Amino acid sequence: MLVFLAAVAVALIAWRFTVGLGRSTALSDGYPWGIWIAFDVVTGTAFACGGYAMAFLVYIFNKGKYHPLVRPAVLTSALGYSIAGLSVMIDVGRPWAAWRLAKVWTWNLNSVLLEVAVCIMAYTVVLWIELAPAFLAKFKTTGPAKVQSFARATLPFLEKALIWIIALGMLLPTMHQSSLGALMLLAGPRLHGLWNTAWLPLFNLVTCVAMGFAIVVAESAFSSVAFGRKPEFGLLKPIGRVAAWLTLAFVVFRFADLAFKGRVGLFGTFDLYGIMFWIEAALFVLASFMLLRRKQSLGSLLRGAMLVAIAGGLYRFDTFLVAFQPERGWHYFPSVTEQLITLGLVAGELAVYGAVVKYFPILSGTEGERA
Amino acid sequence: MSTDRRTLLKGLCAAATCTVAGVSAVEAREKKVAPADAVGLLYDATKCIGCKACVAKCKEVNKLQADVDGYGDGLYDAPEGLNEYTKNVIQLAKYNGETSYVKKQCMHCVDPACTSACMMGALHKGKFGIVEWEANKCIGCRYCQVACPFGVPKFQWSKLSPRLVKCELCKDRLAEGKLPGCVEACPRQAVIYGKREELLQEAHRRIATKPDLYVNKVYGEKELGGTQVLYISHVPFENLGFRFQQEEAVPNLQQTVQHGIYKGFAAPLALYGILGAVMFRNRKKGDANDDVR
Amino acid sequence: MAATNSPADHCTIAQQLESSGVSRRDFVTFCGKLMVAAPFGLGITNYLSVDAVAAEIAGIRRPSVIWLHMQECTGCTETLLRPATPDLATLLFDVISLDYHETVMAASGADAEAALADAMKANKGKYVLVVEGSIPMKDNGIYLKVANKWGADRLREVAKDAAAIVAIGSCASWGGVQSSGINPTGSVGVDSIIKDKPIINLPGCPPNPYVTLGVVLQYAKNGTVPELDALKRPKFAYDRVIHDQCPRRAHFDAGRFATQFGDDAHREGYCLYKLGCKGPVTHAPCSTRHFNDVVDAWPIGIGAPCFGCTEKGVGYTIALFDTVPIERPFGPDTYPGVYAERKGVSPAATAVAGVVGGAIVGAGYLASKKFDNVTGGDSDTKEE
Repeated sequence: MLVFLAAVAVALIAWRFTVGLGRSTALSDGYPWGIWIAFDVVTGTAFACGGYAMAFLVYIFNKGKYHPLVRPAVLTSALGYSIAGLSVMIDVGRPWAAWRLAKVWTWNLNSVLLEVAVCIMAYTVVLWIELAPAFLAKFKTTGPAKVQSFARATLPFLEKALIWIIALGMLLPTMHQSSLGALMLLAGPRLHGLWNTAWLPLFNLVTCVAMGFAIVVAESAFSSVAFGRKPEFGLLKPIGRVAAWLTLAFVVFRFADLAFKGRVGLFGTFDLYGIMFWIEAALFVLASFMLLRRKQSLGSLLRGAMLVAIAGGLYRFDTFLVAFQPERGWHYFPSVTEQLITLGLVAGELAVYGAVVKYFPILSGTEGERA
Repeated sequence: MSTDRRTLLKGLCAAATCTVAGVSAVEAREKKVAPADAVGLLYDATKCIGCKACVAKCKEVNKLQADVDGYGDGLYDAPEGLNEYTKNVIQLAKYNGETSYVKKQCMHCVDPACTSACMMGALHKGKFGIVEWEANKCIGCRYCQVACPFGVPKFQWSKLSPRLVKCELCKDRLAEGKLPGCVEACPRQAVIYGKREELLQEAHRRIATKPDLYVNKVYGEKELGGTQVLYISHVPFENLGFRFQQEEAVPNLQQTVQHGIYKGFAAPLALYGILGAVMFRNRKKGDANDDVR
Repeated sequence: MAATNSPADHCTIAQQLESSGVSRRDFVTFCGKLMVAAPFGLGITNYLSVDAVAAEIAGIRRPSVIWLHMQECTGCTETLLRPATPDLATLLFDVISLDYHETVMAASGADAEAALADAMKANKGKYVLVVEGSIPMKDNGIYLKVANKWGADRLREVAKDAAAIVAIGSCASWGGVQSSGINPTGSVGVDSIIKDKPIINLPGCPPNPYVTLGVVLQYAKNGTVPELDALKRPKFAYDRVIHDQCPRRAHFDAGRFATQFGDDAHREGYCLYKLGCKGPVTHAPCSTRHFNDVVDAWPIGIGAPCFGCTEKGVGYTIALFDTVPIERPFGPDTYPGVYAERKGVSPAATAVAGVVGGAIVGAGYLASKKFDNVTGGDSDTKEE
């Protein structure tokens, strides 16, 4: 099923490059960015913040017990970011010109998108390097002799350098996840007042960490079933709490900010924006209460985590699509092609995740955990 | 459990401190002013007869194809507005049972959002303050379209190698000593070309001569940081489709925030150092975190 | 008729008119019509008053014209011979000295050929050659033979001593109807065969006779040809498309079209574009210079869409009722509003989104239910 969806996406991507963006998507001059940006890139990388969030927990706050959750989280992140990068290449009109980003001297340092793009590319590389020990550990003992010796030679060196790479792996998401929020600040007066605030970067950062934790919970639960392992419920429950407190803090801060800016009046307006705003808030609050429940099962924890993910995703959709107000008369709803490509990319991501986890020491309790 | 809360609080405080420090430390971004040799257009809505000669001339000089898909019934060149075939358009504004024509093209902002958005400066302010587009620096990300408050930059959705389509004030014609196409074609001088300063004076002079006719405002003098294309009208500008009357330039907020955080790239470097140091200490301590893999 | 003038009889036009008794009034009327046909771009009509033009033309020595027929229908000749006022036909042949013309000359057989030889000899290097019809080139040109000579050979022979060549009609200009489709005889226009002479193409089926006369007189006056476009058509007549000055243009601009022959719109005289009018791509003077001295005597004038006869690749090529693309058209009342309504949302897309979104959320919920029994708090408090 996953492979089929991915294959459909590949075919549709080929179609997009045959007929152009105009015919294959519902994008327009009014809504130049659609779900490929709002979901694949902005929401997708937020989902992929598991690696970032777990790294903070384990390496900075020194919670070694969570270590088993790091590698799967980093793998999810690496895949998620790679998908985001791929989506961008599908989305932009002139992808063949992207290599010119390598010409550092042509950079426009005022461009937030440039920062996001460069950071995301760099972070994708960092993530794969962080994962490299898992692959190398496997190749130390399998594969052709040359590969084995290469793996043996590289591994110690890599492990020594890893600390600085991981530090980079925490710096880069801090930068670009906040900047992803700052992106829409440039829409300026065309962004609805309930979303348009100078705190967008921080809001984006906080919610992405919460979403990252939520995804770690979900991924851990699902892969325990898929690979017949005991769920790490004991580890997951506190993570859920962290996500919950972050979420609550975000909601409170957000209301306070809007109140401070004198936009309370907008709360009460019964239009699309007001409604979406309250749905978001309700989802966030509901999610955090579910995660904070004292009597907790893995099921309810998972539901809470998924709610955090949905709420965070909705917040991003609203910021990038709903609250964005081009001239009257423009409409956007993702075309079937756009949806199926996004769906297929996610399906492909899951399939690759499954395959990698099967063959390489990613999950704790499987072969070669200490490699 | 208390650990979680403590952890969280620590994290939140750190993040908040960073951002607050960043946001509040910066003084507001310096206000940009038009270059001394800035040129522009002055459009007078009271003079326009809606003959669309400027639209035709614009298509001719810019070699743009006819757009028969809009209102054209597959026959006429009748675009729905600015689009990938149209850099200049005459719109019919209807309000309270009255009508007025209004010409739309790039406003050539003094402080453009699009150039601030553009990753490699494919869109940039060139000679005379004209906002130009350079094909080989554009990767088609369309952030400029998100940014532009006037909805001006248009993307060739129908093309496999799409380009950005927007008025560049006929910069090539200017170099040849000719007038912009629309100005040359206009039979009533409803749109005139000149230095921005002189156009501003002319606009104010016209308003002063006929204060009963005109709205007492030159749109573009201060709006959204000022534009090089100026408008005067007998109709409130909101009715002509100018949505924003505030004077703050669009990139102001974002640029203030971002340049605040990234000033001299000090904050990210400091954060990197701190992160590395903390991890290093943790590793030394051994603790539960015995390997950093 | 004056077509049998002896070759030596080349007095001025004024003298000829006097001797044949044409009234000054008729001549001035003719000059006026010529002015209308060539409002600018033609030296001999470039004067403010009809009198001045008449004086200019009257002083011209009647040019010797040799007229060859190739593959044609003689329509071009007919258009010269069939003005509404019969006197004019006489007048035309007083203005030029038509020394050889197979259709209108009295002589036949060897006498006719002798006349041709005489004319060529007497006016060697000075006569104007008018060619009507296309020249077959396929199979060594065997599809046309006149006076025991192949068409192409005859053309080369007569063209050799001509001062200039006027290719009259679409056939002589670019092959015309004979060259359409498979072009069975390999028909070509004059300029494909003769390369070393000034050639003026006057495409049309037929072309306007005043245009022909204007060109010939201009040449007779000072040996110059009017300014030509890339296809060797005189700009004074062929610089614009019919659409530009069509009397029905207002209907086009207003979006009023006849959509069927005989429908109300057709009777109202609305634009014929949708019936296949080729006016927008056809360069010809028809919209301002009608035929046979009769107002509205031209296709669009009588309610038939322009056929594009002057334009290679249009006439005889594009089907009669097919429409053609239009360069830079502007419709009436097609102003976009300040906020134009753009294309809406596809219901199919919303449906797919609903199904996919619902499936994912539903599956997630159901999956989470499976974990409800997992409550083990094994390592929950270990860390403290």
